[in-house]
Amino acid sequence: MELFTNQILAGISTGAIYACMALAVVMIYQAIEHLNFAQGEMAMFSTFISWQLMQWGVPYWAAFVLTLGISFAGGIAIERLLFKPLAKAPILTNVAGFIALYAILNSFAGLIWDFTIKQYPTPFGSSPFLGSQLISTHQAGMIGVTVLLLVLLYLFFQFTRVGLAMRAAASVPESARLVGINTSWMIALGWGMAAAIGSIAGMMIAPVVFLEPNMMLGVLIYGFAAAVLGGLTSPFGAVIGGFLVGIFENLAGTYIPGVGNELKLPIALALIITVLVVKPAGLFGRPIVKRV
Amino acid sequence: MSAVQETVTEAPAVEAVPKRAMTLGAGSSLVMLALLILVPLFVKNFIIFQLTMLLIYGLAVLALNILTGGSGQFSLGQSAFYAVGAYTSAILIEHVGMNYALTLPIAGVVCFGFGFLFGQPALRLSGVYLALATFALATAMPQLLKLGVFETWTGGVQGLVVTKPDAPFGLPMSQDMWLYYFTLVITVAIYIFSVNLLKSRSGRAFMAIRDNEIAASAMGIDVALYKTLAFGVSAGITGVAGGLGAIAVQFVAPDGYTITLAISLFLGMVVGGVGWLPGSIVGSAFIIFVPNIAEGISKGLSGAVFGVLLFLIIFLVPHGARQIAMIAQQLLGKLKKS
Repeated sequence: MELFTNQILAGISTGAIYACMALAVVMIYQAIEHLNFAQGEMAMFSTFISWQLMQWGVPYWAAFVLTLGISFAGGIAIERLLFKPLAKAPILTNVAGFIALYAILNSFAGLIWDFTIKQYPTPFGSSPFLGSQLISTHQAGMIGVTVLLLVLLYLFFQFTRVGLAMRAAASVPESARLVGINTSWMIALGWGMAAAIGSIAGMMIAPVVFLEPNMMLGVLIYGFAAAVLGGLTSPFGAVIGGFLVGIFENLAGTYIPGVGNELKLPIALALIITVLVVKPAGLFGRPIVKRV
Repeated sequence: MSAVQETVTEAPAVEAVPKRAMTLGAGSSLVMLALLILVPLFVKNFIIFQLTMLLIYGLAVLALNILTGGSGQFSLGQSAFYAVGAYTSAILIEHVGMNYALTLPIAGVVCFGFGFLFGQPALRLSGVYLALATFALATAMPQLLKLGVFETWTGGVQGLVVTKPDAPFGLPMSQDMWLYYFTLVITVAIYIFSVNLLKSRSGRAFMAIRDNEIAASAMGIDVALYKTLAFGVSAGITGVAGGLGAIAVQFVAPDGYTITLAISLFLGMVVGGVGWLPGSIVGSAFIIFVPNIAEGISKGLSGAVFGVLLFLIIFLVPHGARQIAMIAQQLLGKLKKS
C-alpha cells in the first residue's frame, strides 16, 4: 500500500509537468488548430536561458520571472514572424514549419550551450517533504507551482476582459472580429502564454531529467498524450489528462512486469493511439461534426 | 459548449498536384539515368558510397511522396519503417545467413504489413492527428529496438554489424561499385513501379481521397482500404530502402533511426516538391550533402541549417524543386523563342 501511494504521488508530480506541456499545446491548438511539435524545444530553450541567467549570478526566482517574460516575448515574436504568414497555408506547410522550428531550436541550443548534460538547481531542495518519505520537497514544489499556475490561468480566462476576448477569438473567430476583438493579436497572445507555460514546465522538470538539448522530447510526447486524452479542444481536459497520464505512467512502470524506464516512450505511443482510436475527441473535448 | 459544426469546404491538407506534373518527360528521365550509370565509373569509392546512400534515401523520400503527395496523408514516422526494414535485413543476413538480395523483398513485405497494420488505427485520423501518431511512433522506435527481450536478435544498444557483399560472378568491380549498381537497379524498378502505381486505378483513388475524401467515397472509392494501402506501400518501399541502407552502411543500431531521420526524410520531400516523384532524388541529395557541409563548419549546425532552409522553402518556393524546374523550363522556352 505504501508503494502504491508513493507511486500515485510521484505520478501526480510528474503529471503536473505533463499538464503544463499539454496546456501549452492546447493553447496553441485552440488558437490556430495546429499541434506545435516545437513546444518541447521552446520549453527547453527557455530553460537554457534561465540557466544562463543563473550562471551570470541572477538569483533563482529573479531568473524564473525574467525567463517567463523572455519566453512570452519570444513566443509572440515566433508567431508574428513565422506562423502568421502561414495562417491560410495547407496543413502540410504548417507541420513543416513546426518541424523546422524544432530543428532550429534544438540545434541552436546545442551550438550555444553544447550537448553535455548539466545540473539544474531546484529552489525547493530535495529533502523529504514534511518529514514524510513519500515525496521530496521538489516534487511537492512542482505540484504547488502547477496548481498555482492553473488557478491564475482560470482567473485570467474567467474574469478578465482579455481572457474573455481570447476565448471568444478561439471559439468563433468571425463573430469575435465583428465585435471588435483583434483576433490576430489574440493568437499571438496565446503563443506567448503557451511559451511561458512551457518554460515553467521546463524549469520544473530540469532538476529531474537534467538540462540538455534533447531533454524535452519524452516530456513532449507525454504532453501530447495528455492533451489527446483530455481532448485537444479543452484546456481543463488537458490538465486532468496530464495528471492521469503521469499516474498511469508510474503505475504501469511499477506493476506491469517488463515495463520499466526503457519502455517510457512506447507506453506514451500506445496511449496516444488507443485514445485516438477509441475516443478521438478525448475525455472532455467536443466532437467535431462534419457537414458536407 | 455544444458540438461545433465544421463544413468540409476547408482547404485540403496538401495542395493538389495534377497527375501530369508528377513525373519527368522521357528525354530528361533518360539523361538522368545515363548520368546515374556513368558517374560512378569516374569517382572514388567514398563518393560511390555517398551516391548509393543518395539512391537509398531517394527511395525513402519517394515512399513518403507516394503517401503524402499521392494520398494526402502525413507521416513523421518514416524512420520507424526504415528501421524495421534495416533490422529485418540485418537479422536475416547475420542470424539466418540468407543472401542479402533475398532479404530485401522480405524487408519490404514485413514493412508493408507493419505499415498496413499501423494504417488501421491511423485511418480514423487525419491531418494533425496522423502527424501526431506517427511522430510518437518515430520517437518510440529506438526504445523498442533496445528492448532486452529482442536482444539476442537485435544486439540491443550495440546493434548488429552486417557484412558487405562482394560482386558476384567474379565481376571486376569493387564492393562499393557493385552495391551502387545493385541499388540503382532496385531504385529504377521501384521508381517505374511508383509512376505506374500513381497512373493506375489505385493511384487515381489515392488522389481522389487526397483532394476530397467525402467526394471520393461518394464516387464509390473504398476510402479505408486505399488509405491503409497507401500506408502499406509507402512503408514497404521505405523498408526496402532501410534494408539496402543496412547493407550499405554495414551496421544497424537503434540510435541510427531516431526522429532526426524522420525529420530529414520529411524535409527531403518538401525540398523535392510534394507529389513530384523525380524531386525525391533532389531532396535526398539535399539531406545527404547539406548536413556534411554544415557539420564541417560547426558541430550541431545541421539542424539549424535544415530549419532555416525549410522556412525559406515554405515561404519562397512552396513547391520545392518542382517549382524551380518549372521556372527553368519557362526560361528555356523564352530563350528558344528569341
